[in-house]
Amino acid sequence: MAEITFITSSGETITVSGNSGSVMTLAVDNGISGIDGDCGGVCSCATCHVHVAPGDMSKTGEASEIEKDMLELDDNADEYSRLGCQIEISDAIDGVVLRVAK
Amino acid sequence: MTVQKTTAKVCIVIGASHAGVNVAFALRREGWDGTILLFDADKTLPYHRPPLSKTYFTSEDTIEKHLLKPAESYDKENITLRLGATVSRIDSETKRVTLDDGETLSYDKLVIATGARPIIPPIPGIETTSGIFPLRTAADVSKIRDALKLSGNKKVVIVGGGYIGLETAASLSKLKLAVTVLEREERILARVTAPDMSDFFQWLHQENGVEVLTSKDVVEIKTVGKEKQLVCGDGSYYLADMIILGVGIKVNKELAASAGLKTKNGICVDDRCRTSNEDIFAIGDCTYYYSARYDRFLRLESVQNAIDQAKVAAMAICGKETVYDSLPWFWSDQYDVKLQMVGLSEGFTEALLRKDVEDAKSFSVWYFKGDRLLAVDAVNNTKAYVYGTKIIKADQKIDKSKLVDPSEEFKLTNLLVD
Repeated sequence: MAEITFITSSGETITVSGNSGSVMTLAVDNGISGIDGDCGGVCSCATCHVHVAPGDMSKTGEASEIEKDMLELDDNADEYSRLGCQIEISDAIDGVVLRVAK
Repeated sequence: MTVQKTTAKVCIVIGASHAGVNVAFALRREGWDGTILLFDADKTLPYHRPPLSKTYFTSEDTIEKHLLKPAESYDKENITLRLGATVSRIDSETKRVTLDDGETLSYDKLVIATGARPIIPPIPGIETTSGIFPLRTAADVSKIRDALKLSGNKKVVIVGGGYIGLETAASLSKLKLAVTVLEREERILARVTAPDMSDFFQWLHQENGVEVLTSKDVVEIKTVGKEKQLVCGDGSYYLADMIILGVGIKVNKELAASAGLKTKNGICVDDRCRTSNEDIFAIGDCTYYYSARYDRFLRLESVQNAIDQAKVAAMAICGKETVYDSLPWFWSDQYDVKLQMVGLSEGFTEALLRKDVEDAKSFSVWYFKGDRLLAVDAVNNTKAYVYGTKIIKADQKIDKSKLVDPSEEFKLTNLLVD
């Protein structure tokens, strides 16, 4: 099980836990504002953009090639950007903090 | 600008797929305090449709893995979801809807998100032959999966070489079934892409063992022994254990039309998704509207259109200023190929091909009208999709000779004309 903390664009901090699936699905299931997941999680819409807390990048890993390209759609993307649909939930990412992109 | 008080008001949404569900949740975000009633004839909790022909088709998943929103979220947002309930009549004079069981309900604002249904072409024998399936709903896929389970070694013929037909062909091939696609036009995806793209997908399917035949107009379907026989206009015929139809959709506009709303090739809406009645909105696949961006009328079948129109309608209903003029985008996943499309190519004067020297399965087609980029189709090339999106949004010009020259670096800054 992994506990994930989301910080929404309005500054709200919400910690939720999940066992499987993607971070995007976890966020949608918990009504995290700003994570839409319009394409259903196939890396096609970039509506699940999060900034990983710098110290947690080693847990989540970096964005893949396709993901990096998709993130270029958002001018606010940075080196800590990931698409939530491409981060799998597992014990390995327990405790990560993700700021929902504006 | 004052946002209207809505506490005692009722908004009814007819249709709970991508458009209907998104408008319900967007209404809450935009400040609608009143009742929200969301109806759908489908008894299943609202789900994502794109996986139906793709990952859902080939998996053993239940549809619960693909829900648009978890069941609790409707309660949490105080959205009353009424599944298995069909709205049979809208009375725009008295502002009431009637359900098929006779119940009537009043509304202050009404949103029609009735979508579309698959076309069952009027081919002789199609109504009387068993084992013919359309593919639009989760129930359709369940029926197909059940029928496939009943016996192995099924031979499937898909009628129609559009996205649904081809995605389904890829999924069936993954399940190790013998698949033939019969397309009426001279090339697959003829209505939506350039010949380069059609050629690639024809090759891709053949590489994966799917037979794709074009200029095949099915004129009759017969039962021969235990098999079905599809007879084509050129006299050829094909045998199948199962037939899947992917020949397009018919808009569910009858309810709107019978309420006196203006309809054409869909339910007519303005740039705020308002119909010809000021208290009735329509969104998603069922709408027909003027696009300032393309200077023509559009009816789009896409998730993007459904979701963006839902946002616009919710804002308009809550009295906020808004205009729908989104840039359309689409995607399709077949085998290991990801196709991403942005813009609409219709009316193009030139289609340019950008190849990737290192990867034959990665390229893009760029559609221009003069110097203006209209659309990009990108195959396993997200960069092209992203650059295309940025260029179209900013209405920038690009250097066409650099675009088609594989020795030129494929980078936005290098492609733009100063």
